[in-house]
Amino acid sequence: HLLLGYTDVISTVEFNQTGDLLATGDKGGRVVIFQRETEVESGEYNVYSTFQSHEPDFDYLKSLEIEEKINKIRWLPQQNAAHFLLSTNDKTIKLWKVSERDKRPEGYNLKDEEGRIKDISTVTSLRVPVLKPTDLMVEVRPRRIFANGHTYHVNSISVNSDGETYLSADDLRVNMWHLDITDRSFNIVDIKPANMEDLTEVITAAEFHPQHCHLFVYSSSKGTLRLCDMRESALCDKHSKIFEEPEDPGNRSFFSEIISSVSDVKFSHSGRYLLTRDYLTVKVWDLNMEKGPVETYQVHEYLRSKLCSLYENDCIFDKFECVWNSTDSVIMTGAYNSFFRMFDRETGRGVTLEAWRESSKPRAVLRTRRVYTGGRRRRGDVGVDSLDFTKKILHMAWHPAENIIAIAATNNLYIFQDRVNAENL
Amino acid sequence: MFSKGTKRKFSDGDEEISDESLVGARVASSYSLQRQSLLDMSLIKLQLCHMLVEPNLCRSVLIANTVRQIQEEMTHDGSWHMVTEAFCGPGQSPSERLVATEVLCRSREQDAEPKLFSVISYEGCREEEVVADETLCSVSVSDTVSNVCLAGRIGQCWEKSELSGVERDEEALEDSRLGSGEDEEIDTEDGASTESPKTTGQVFGTFEIKNSSPAPDSALEELFSDVDTSYYDLDTMLTGMQSAPKMGPYDILDSLAPSHSSPSIVSTPKCRSDLNELDHIMEIIVGS
Repeated sequence: HLLLGYTDVISTVEFNQTGDLLATGDKGGRVVIFQRETEVESGEYNVYSTFQSHEPDFDYLKSLEIEEKINKIRWLPQQNAAHFLLSTNDKTIKLWKVSERDKRPEGYNLKDEEGRIKDISTVTSLRVPVLKPTDLMVEVRPRRIFANGHTYHVNSISVNSDGETYLSADDLRVNMWHLDITDRSFNIVDIKPANMEDLTEVITAAEFHPQHCHLFVYSSSKGTLRLCDMRESALCDKHSKIFEEPEDPGNRSFFSEIISSVSDVKFSHSGRYLLTRDYLTVKVWDLNMEKGPVETYQVHEYLRSKLCSLYENDCIFDKFECVWNSTDSVIMTGAYNSFFRMFDRETGRGVTLEAWRESSKPRAVLRTRRVYTGGRRRRGDVGVDSLDFTKKILHMAWHPAENIIAIAATNNLYIFQDRVNAENL
Repeated sequence: MFSKGTKRKFSDGDEEISDESLVGARVASSYSLQRQSLLDMSLIKLQLCHMLVEPNLCRSVLIANTVRQIQEEMTHDGSWHMVTEAFCGPGQSPSERLVATEVLCRSREQDAEPKLFSVISYEGCREEEVVADETLCSVSVSDTVSNVCLAGRIGQCWEKSELSGVERDEEALEDSRLGSGEDEEIDTEDGASTESPKTTGQVFGTFEIKNSSPAPDSALEELFSDVDTSYYDLDTMLTGMQSAPKMGPYDILDSLAPSHSSPSIVSTPKCRSDLNELDHIMEIIVGS
């Protein structure tokens, strides 16, 4: 069901480790956290807290604006009653503490109810302040600000399984931070060439392994994945493994490189596989096999003949995210026209769904859609030329344990629950 | 005059282009056209990297790689060389050229408006000329070598993000780029036009938008005699383009911009402010 109509374009969506909280970041630098109702089975998500994470900034030295758009949000594993999340814009990463307050102390000796200092002469007896229940308040406070770590635009952050460190990646470098230390970070990957003119490849995404705290992967604009082991050396410019698929000579065009650029990379929950998204496909890679993906799924192959137009209108540079379901058996990614795709790894079959809501039916079931590419045309099929390329599903998240998905469609957030998976696959 | 029964987007003069060697194979010709069109488009996109917000480096790199790829292929094809020849103005040798690179509109011949600043009147043409003129960008430096590494330009574009506000650094970069200019030539036009200034620099030279003009010499003269007026209206961009690309950054644009109040300007307001942004950036770079 449609959760919220934003005024701003949503730029990131992320569930926390239990799935009870869902955070979204938008282009205006705002973060909205939703919480799932716990009393009800299959509870709905309601707004829990909203706060301004980043403000627009200006780099005076370079005379350039720094956008406040939230590029990524990542939750920290919960350690106490409070929740922590990292949110980042192009340059600065912030650690936010989200805590609840439902009690407040009353009965101070020196202050009155409004907090004004009492006149000592009016105090006749002493008492111990007691905690009284109040309305639930959610407080969000910035706890750390990790600034000045990146010259280029931060595209990824990833919390390490050690619970103490995290990585942040920009176009040319990957840094590792300690969550408690804000004034310095370790640079673990640097692919900046000595001469910028020689630059031909950039980092597009990076992620820590879910279990091994010394391993991380980063993807590049040339379609390669590099797995790095931090035990090998301090600077991980030399990869442990490189995953590359040899180019298909039959499909070669001037756009081959652009469409091979990996826009997102995700480890499977098991840690055994990698999921990548490039412009036309999603691929599953086995960490033990570097020479190519083990599975390839066509997201919208019908766009292959339109690459020139998509290059012209810049759509070819759109960065789609991809996600695993909780059991690593289904993968999902976005497309155009408010469509998104799900692939069942066991059957190899894919389905196209639409993030759309009929205003009269707030609880409508997800519709299966089809893009007409030839053959018999069915009713409801959409022609390739009538696809709306402004309606792109770039950001999405899958609940860590259940079949609940959160889809960001420009400035709308959709949450689909339960029957989605079973019915359509 | 168009070939029988064929609807051609571009001037028929195209048939006199380098593809002659391919025995006028229509397929090859149209491939060549498409490739040229892609090159033009890419170069324009690269120009757009001088924005208020830092440009997307990934996108710039991918476009730059595409340009390199086309350039390489054209060099192997031999069409690079031929195209360059076609553009050699009479009595002009590459080394004399101050204009580094230029991508010309194929249909410049059919351009009905020889005006320097016309845009709207540019009917049939889908692509515009893009003149790379790194000299104008760094007047003091480009004494000898007019070759500017396109990568260098891109580098400058990318370097923007590393600008430390020290002009010295920028000029040093400019120097090194100019000094190391390779001899690659840019494919400027498939058209038969003999007018476009010769391309001596590489694809990554700084760009300037220029309308095609009938007489190459006069165009060149205008280009060099009076720098002020040789700058073409920023708005003279591809009619086919959706977004108004930005002009190459020259502080000269400063004087130019206000003078362009001609009604033929198509530009959106955004373009105008972009001009100012570019000026500002160029001022830092050129150190003027």
